[in-house]
Amino acid sequence: METIVFSALNGVLYGLLLFMLASGLTLIFSMMGVLNFAHASFYMLGAYLAFTLGASVGFWAALVLAPLLVGLLGAGVERFGLRHVHRNGHVAELLFTFGLAYLIEEVVKLVWGKNPVPYVPPALLQKPLFTLWETQYPSFKIFMMVVAIAMFVALWLLLKRTRVGLIVQASLTHPHMAGHLGHNVPLIFMSVFAVGCALAGLAGVIGGALLITDPAMALTLGPIVFVVVVVGGMGSLSGAFVASLLIGLVQTFAVAVDASLSDLLARFGIALSNRSDLGRITLAQVAPMLPFLLLVLMLIFRPRGLMGTREG
Amino acid sequence: MSATARTFAVWIACALLLLALPQVFSSRTSLTLMNITGIWVVFALAYNMLLGQAGMLSFGHAVYFGLGGYAAIHLMAAIKVHKLGIPVALLPLVGFMAGALAGAIIGWFSCRRAGTPFAMISLGVGELIAASGLMFVSVFGGEEGISADRSAGPALFGQTLGSQINVYYFIAFWAFVAALAMWLFARTPLGRLSNALRDNPDRVAFIGYNPERVRWLVFLLSGGFAGLAGTLSAVNFEIITPEKLGAHNSGVVLLMTYIGGITVFYGPIIGAILLSLMQSMLSDFTKVWQLYLGLLFIVVVMFAPRGIGGVVAHMLGVVRRGELGGRLPVWLLGMAGSMIAFVGCVLVIEMGYRLREGGKVFAPFGHVFQQTLLTNWLLAFVAIASGIALIVVAMRWQRRGSLKAAMVLKEAMP
Repeated sequence: METIVFSALNGVLYGLLLFMLASGLTLIFSMMGVLNFAHASFYMLGAYLAFTLGASVGFWAALVLAPLLVGLLGAGVERFGLRHVHRNGHVAELLFTFGLAYLIEEVVKLVWGKNPVPYVPPALLQKPLFTLWETQYPSFKIFMMVVAIAMFVALWLLLKRTRVGLIVQASLTHPHMAGHLGHNVPLIFMSVFAVGCALAGLAGVIGGALLITDPAMALTLGPIVFVVVVVGGMGSLSGAFVASLLIGLVQTFAVAVDASLSDLLARFGIALSNRSDLGRITLAQVAPMLPFLLLVLMLIFRPRGLMGTREG
Repeated sequence: MSATARTFAVWIACALLLLALPQVFSSRTSLTLMNITGIWVVFALAYNMLLGQAGMLSFGHAVYFGLGGYAAIHLMAAIKVHKLGIPVALLPLVGFMAGALAGAIIGWFSCRRAGTPFAMISLGVGELIAASGLMFVSVFGGEEGISADRSAGPALFGQTLGSQINVYYFIAFWAFVAALAMWLFARTPLGRLSNALRDNPDRVAFIGYNPERVRWLVFLLSGGFAGLAGTLSAVNFEIITPEKLGAHNSGVVLLMTYIGGITVFYGPIIGAILLSLMQSMLSDFTKVWQLYLGLLFIVVVMFAPRGIGGVVAHMLGVVRRGELGGRLPVWLLGMAGSMIAFVGCVLVIEMGYRLREGGKVFAPFGHVFQQTLLTNWLLAFVAIASGIALIVVAMRWQRRGSLKAAMVLKEAMP
């Protein structure tokens, strides 16, 4: 019971972190039809900027400033980079973001070094919030959940309930028509890209303090965020939400259960030596692979994802 | 000279060059470098069968490279243990078959779609196989990989692969054969169909071909040649680790193919040679050479989407048509701008690196650039800005036809 509750809590936590990244990515995808490989790099930049800013202006100011800076950078990338590459088609765009991810990682190594930086949550949020079965649960984790959920609600309201959201949605599906109606579509694209990047930056400010802030953090999380977006259905905000939680829970529970394949098969009366390679594999080992298995299966059998409306 | 005779002459010249190279560069280091370059050339050409010719962007092509290498290394070990009568020099055929088999199986489900879904599936499959590489220790050897002895087995033409120069000729031979095979493949009906598929998949379907099947066949063959490259690597290093299956290798081959140029056949060869040189030589000069690589890639994607090979082909075309006189000033201006901006970037990067890491002061050609001096930074940024300005002027000159029009700041309305 204890394991289940904690795994569920941690799974939801991890899922929400994934969602903070995936929401921006899925917005950008539905806008430009291209997956932004550099999205997790903006997440990393958010963490590093918050670390540097936090040292001078404190965590709470950095929580606001770092995402803003990342958003500005994202706007610049869209305006001076992606917009030019757009002419050469989707493959070129995908490659551009791929190269950008590579470049940002190298720049981060250049500026902050190859080793992790000591970026931790503020003292106020390090205190335990409540105690379950003699284990203290840090308030920072709850804070992160609150931020993520607030973000989801705010985004959803913005997109579905306001005039701005209406125009954005129109520009996503019918860019030419929206342009003919007098809206500045390139500006909208730039803003959506900037907002998406800022959200990734916000995720970085929190995720960096929660996990670890090092130059590899983009590479470890990036592919999984792709999986979330594809599984949830490209361009679908609620799909991304569901898929994030799903993958967060699946991964956490797989680690927590920690049974090997031979144990599993033994339940069904099939004997498999736990000395062989196949029998020795534990669920915890398979856990990092599960998202990718899900991705491949999803793309084969239901390419539009859980809640997506269009393919590819 | 007819076109056929000319291409024939080019191939003969390449073969002679490959034979002559070790006579000129006979040191151990240069042999090592040439061997590695040969491996990358085959891998990049194989990758370009997908990306350049069929328009399929794969983020996991190292899987076939690695699996081909593993097939070869297991056989190589078996040759030694069981005294099999198979010469190691013929192993690339086995690697080809292993890569093609893996391509056939994985392509069976991943080639149903093109574009972004294909790229995503290749990413997922790549991660899956790379992760299982660490899991199945008996097949992939875990972290330390599997090693074997390349000098085992019967000799072919009285030669074994013990010495490095023999390995060079082995790699050169197979790289030549593979390159020729891939070049010929591009001229088969299937090769032409894959080009059509890249340009307009709907029409390919309309004229009665099955796009899925064409994609699958190209994917299978590309996997085969990647497996061949993997075998060359396995023989050269006598070891292969699960790392070779992973995302890093897939990324490098993508970078070199694209930087070299995906629209011309020899593009990936240029890219493979350039990146191999960068990897071995630039790393002696600067610790942050990968940053330069990233910059180069971004610049190519943004300003020269057809890569270095595409630029070379374009220039050759201009020279052939006798338009060089008109174009030369623009090109020179653009090149001057690029050089100035590049020097500025180098200054910023090198001084920035030393600002954090310390170490010896950056002093190219005897001039010392103290990283703590503000004027040096200003100089660097001025260089970047003026270089970019020159490039912009050159681009507008090209577009608007005259230098005078190019100096007008406001964009002319079409």
